[in-house]
Amino acid sequence: MTTLTASVSEPKAVSQDAGKPALPVVAGERELRLDLFRGLALWLIFIDHLPPNILTWFTIRNYGFSDATEIFIFISGYTAAFVYSRAMDERGFVISSARIFKRVWQIYVAHVFLFMIYLAEISYIATSFENPLYSEEMGILDFLKHPDTTIIEALLLKFKPVNMDVLPLYIVLMLFLPFALWLMRRIPDITLALAVLLYALTWQFDLALPAYPNGVWAFNPFAWQLLFVFGAWCALGGARRMAPILASRAALVMAVAYLLFAFYVTLTWHVPQLHGYLPRWLESWMYPINKTDLDVLRFAHFLALAAITVRFLRKDWPGLKSPWLRPVILCGQHSLEIFCIGVFLAFAGHFILAETSGGAGLHFVISMIGLVIMSCAAWLLSWYKAEVNKSGKRPALAVSADMVGSN
Amino acid sequence: MRIVRIAGLAIVGWLAVTPAMADDAHFCSVPAYLLSTDATLPNVAEAFKAKSPIRVLVIGSRSSVLSGPDGTVNSYPARFEAALRGKLPGIEISVATDLHPRETAADVVTKIEKVVQERKPTLVVWQTGTVDAMRSIDPDDFRAALDSGLAAIQKADADVILMNLQYSPRMETVLAATNYNDTIRVVAQEHGAPLFDRFSIMRAWTEAGDFDLFAQAHSIGVAARVHDCIGRALSKLVIEAARINPHDLEVR
Repeated sequence: MTTLTASVSEPKAVSQDAGKPALPVVAGERELRLDLFRGLALWLIFIDHLPPNILTWFTIRNYGFSDATEIFIFISGYTAAFVYSRAMDERGFVISSARIFKRVWQIYVAHVFLFMIYLAEISYIATSFENPLYSEEMGILDFLKHPDTTIIEALLLKFKPVNMDVLPLYIVLMLFLPFALWLMRRIPDITLALAVLLYALTWQFDLALPAYPNGVWAFNPFAWQLLFVFGAWCALGGARRMAPILASRAALVMAVAYLLFAFYVTLTWHVPQLHGYLPRWLESWMYPINKTDLDVLRFAHFLALAAITVRFLRKDWPGLKSPWLRPVILCGQHSLEIFCIGVFLAFAGHFILAETSGGAGLHFVISMIGLVIMSCAAWLLSWYKAEVNKSGKRPALAVSADMVGSN
Repeated sequence: MRIVRIAGLAIVGWLAVTPAMADDAHFCSVPAYLLSTDATLPNVAEAFKAKSPIRVLVIGSRSSVLSGPDGTVNSYPARFEAALRGKLPGIEISVATDLHPRETAADVVTKIEKVVQERKPTLVVWQTGTVDAMRSIDPDDFRAALDSGLAAIQKADADVILMNLQYSPRMETVLAATNYNDTIRVVAQEHGAPLFDRFSIMRAWTEAGDFDLFAQAHSIGVAARVHDCIGRALSKLVIEAARINPHDLEVR
């Protein structure tokens, strides 16, 4: 697949200076850093979906404000813009939009599929689990008594069980991608400014999508679009233009200082003794750090992480080709499939832990097996895709969507 | 499992005989950091000094009581009362409950002011968050409800301890507790109220092997022992937060 994309000219995002710490993709070369970090995000999302265990301490949410979701959404915006913008160059707006909508449909089907698995697990728990200690909590399963409304609300993306709220967000973001991309290709900076404006309006007027049975979407699309659009903006040349700023010493100092600050604040959550050293005014200004509406602190934390990453992890870093990182990168290259497998494995892991009353040891084993299964599946998908591409003489254009074809 | 049960029974029996030595029990001990707090309980401390009665009011939902004929006796408010009496002999201690099953924090808040003024408790233990998490109430609304509830209790000159959700590993795929526990922690800090971190404490017990909360247990036995342990841990938090030294009672 890398070889085939090479035949497509990519005038927009060609990096002028390979040494610059930005994210532009050189024509013909897959940006492995994007795959690496998206794969990593998928791994972390899987680990975070399991009950807390040793591996949980390796997930970034324990060391700062942002977590794997930010990485996932940003990179998805980046790759989607990169690929579909190229498609718009070649095939025009209508065909590219049609392809985006086809993609939306795939994600929707994946979501419904996961919901079925979720229903199966929950129904099992509801009939088999009975502990007087939890008679109150069991009440949450009452929704099973009304399958009519529950299933319809799920199809309408309003009923979103735990761990299943990323895909609906992704569906909405992709649904508006054709329009955003059309605008972005003409007036990129103004499009980004509009995204910021929508974000600000969301905070000002509490814009939100309703959820069932009540409340709002766990990831507010009106707020999270900022990260997606920002990713798109970076892909369409923004990253290149930001490179001098990111390379500056001031940016580095600010990013490091902010990351350390976030780390310290996170530490106070885990080590209550430290809490006394956090000024009261700072606390009342800072809390709550709102994930639903993508708190500015979280967004800034992601920016700082990204700035440090592009500075110190060059895209020609030989480690990117090492076999040790291969599993993560492969996962990142097939993100929709691997995301779904991850959610499924998290359910299955829960189930096994519950049935066997497994301890920390089994917990660790389950997490590791899950990561291995995800990697094997990604490898299988890559292999299959390569075989199909070898035999069929498909036009280069269709294959160039490969990068997003699995995001 | 069986050993734990026998040990549990043995300890319960032993406690009945020697209540003052309850602290020596290793079973379901709570890591010290989960019971240490900067927040204080001035009213309880004052009542202790003056040797006047301490009236506790537990405001909560369904998870503050067990079902069955002995439910009330076995549930943590009653166990807490027994534990605190054991720790503070000679002081009149009464624990009452005011339970609101299926009501969110916002629902409960509308009644708090009245009940606190009627009963004039020294200390309110407010167990909350479960119903809000089950109905996925907007975190901002939940926070606002907690805010006004704590304000109402503190205005009535009562101390207050917030208690968060239960640790229920089986329900983790259905019930997202984290957000609500975080909110409870933050609001408690802002109001200078101690937090009884029921979630972390129960998780610590599971990790230590004291209880298997993953398991299906149809009998009331495990639940009763968990509540007993919660009651005792809560009594320790009260003593800790009120900065009381029970030995002061002996020197008369």
